[in-house]
Amino acid sequence: MIQDWRDLAQVLLNGVMAGSVLMLPAIGFNCIFAVLRYPNFAVAGYATVGGFAGWIANTQWGWPAGLALLAAFAVAGLTGLLAEETALKPLRPSGALTVAIASVALTLLLENAVRFAFGNDLRGYDLPVFRDWRFDGIRINPQQWYNTLYAAAAVAALFALLAFTRLGRAMRAVADNPQLADIKGVDPDRIACVAVLIGAGLAGIGGMLIGLDTSIDPLTGFRVVLSVFAAAVVGGLGSIPGAALGAMVVGIGEEMAGLLLEPAYRTVTAFLAILLVLSIRPEGLLGRRG
Amino acid sequence: MDAYIVAMLVFAGVYALMALGLNVIWGLAGMVNLGLVGFFGLGAYATALLTKNFLWPMPMGWAAGAAVAALAGGLMALIVARLRGDYLAIVTLGFAEVIRLVASNEVWLTNGTDGISGIPGPWRGQVSPQEFNLIFLGLVWAAVGVAFILLARISHSPFGRVLRAVREDEDVAAVAGKPVLWFKIRAFALGAAVLGFAGALYAHYNAYIAPEGFAPLLTIYIVLALTAGGVGAMRGAIVGALLVVLLLEGTRFLAQVIPGVSPVQKAALREGIIALSLILLLRFRPQGLIPERTRTRAKEAS
Repeated sequence: MIQDWRDLAQVLLNGVMAGSVLMLPAIGFNCIFAVLRYPNFAVAGYATVGGFAGWIANTQWGWPAGLALLAAFAVAGLTGLLAEETALKPLRPSGALTVAIASVALTLLLENAVRFAFGNDLRGYDLPVFRDWRFDGIRINPQQWYNTLYAAAAVAALFALLAFTRLGRAMRAVADNPQLADIKGVDPDRIACVAVLIGAGLAGIGGMLIGLDTSIDPLTGFRVVLSVFAAAVVGGLGSIPGAALGAMVVGIGEEMAGLLLEPAYRTVTAFLAILLVLSIRPEGLLGRRG
Repeated sequence: MDAYIVAMLVFAGVYALMALGLNVIWGLAGMVNLGLVGFFGLGAYATALLTKNFLWPMPMGWAAGAAVAALAGGLMALIVARLRGDYLAIVTLGFAEVIRLVASNEVWLTNGTDGISGIPGPWRGQVSPQEFNLIFLGLVWAAVGVAFILLARISHSPFGRVLRAVREDEDVAAVAGKPVLWFKIRAFALGAAVLGFAGALYAHYNAYIAPEGFAPLLTIYIVLALTAGGVGAMRGAIVGALLVVLLLEGTRFLAQVIPGVSPVQKAALREGIIALSLILLLRFRPQGLIPERTRTRAKEAS
């Protein structure tokens, strides 16, 4: 339990480190939602695919973790793009809900493709083993700290893209008002492709970060899916800064709840966070639409 | 072989009940429920605990299973009734995961991931296993018949018509003076009760339940069954459940004839085929094999 400021600092630090791993799939989820307006449950599948792609790059080809993360982004992003174009896009006329249901099926399909290729065993990355750093009674696991930095770097790159490039402006325009963007000559199909590529790719990096912290198996993505949704909903569906903030809130909230409840109930905390936000402020912390 | 077919037909009956329950919530009232396996699990655990630990008679256990699920369903509807479909999908999916987590971790109550075994079954032990299977087959399909007749009547009753009105346009139904929230709660509770009842039957047939039996895959089976049969039509739910069992067992044989794949790969192949079927079905025949007639007419008119 919390006895002095160090315990509190430790919980906050752990929460931020846990939240930064959730942040990327949550941003990916909201990135796709912002442009296509449907909840893509397949981010769980993309996270798993990314985790395994990074694992191959790291353990089979001997790439260092930082480089393998790029492989995770690329493979998960391209998988997402391919799946979106072949499986989900044709369903868009039937409505957001149909696409959402198909995306649950898509996650199962991806999970089983991974299971077919790699089996159910847990797999770890080849990583240098670090001892925990200690500062005045506060412990930091170096790997988790590096993961936080990786996540922060990915988010910084995304924000730079959105803020400073033509493509980023076009994406924000489509997210803000698709009709107006269309009139202004922004091709919504192209923007949708980019959003899915980035969204699925970020989920892939998130999956690999989970693997760097612990290990991966075909259920890696699905296990965190509730926390990822919670981050997206708490921050506001479709809001990218919201997803980042929401992930921190959920990460810290889960750590706090971990003091009272058994660790297995972290995702229950996430579920309660979803219910709470939806009952009080359905648009989330930074969202606009209800 | 006969025993195998009987067992498959029992599962088809359980799936048909689940599809009927989902059809009330999703088909009639238009509220998506991707957590149906949670209500199914609640019913299964309720009756397993009551009949095994407290020696309740089985029919009371079944009723309790249905009642617990109905209560949870009503509460769920109360919380989520105002939410849009995409939020509802997230919340219901989360609900089922929470149920599975609690079942895995509250070892004192549910025996955790080891599950509960030795759940009594009607005349189990007094008759041969073949006879037990046949008795249960009759029981399950009798339940499907009763549920079908009741739900078909409800679906065409004024209550069912209001639900369809709520599904098509909530505001119009509200303007017409219908208490939309109350209708949604009752529909959700009714559907959840059928799901819980199906779970109770499953527990007593299988004699063993564990959290892994209530995974999201089962939700996909039932969504697939209902979509295949036709969302909204009660007959479709039953036809769809039979189709899903046919597909599941068909893939089992398919996986057996492919040489050189391990058991894990076989299981992965089967689950993958089921998931792929749902995606293909949503694309090429979203209205299902037996489209709901009123819905088609409404679509044409608009």
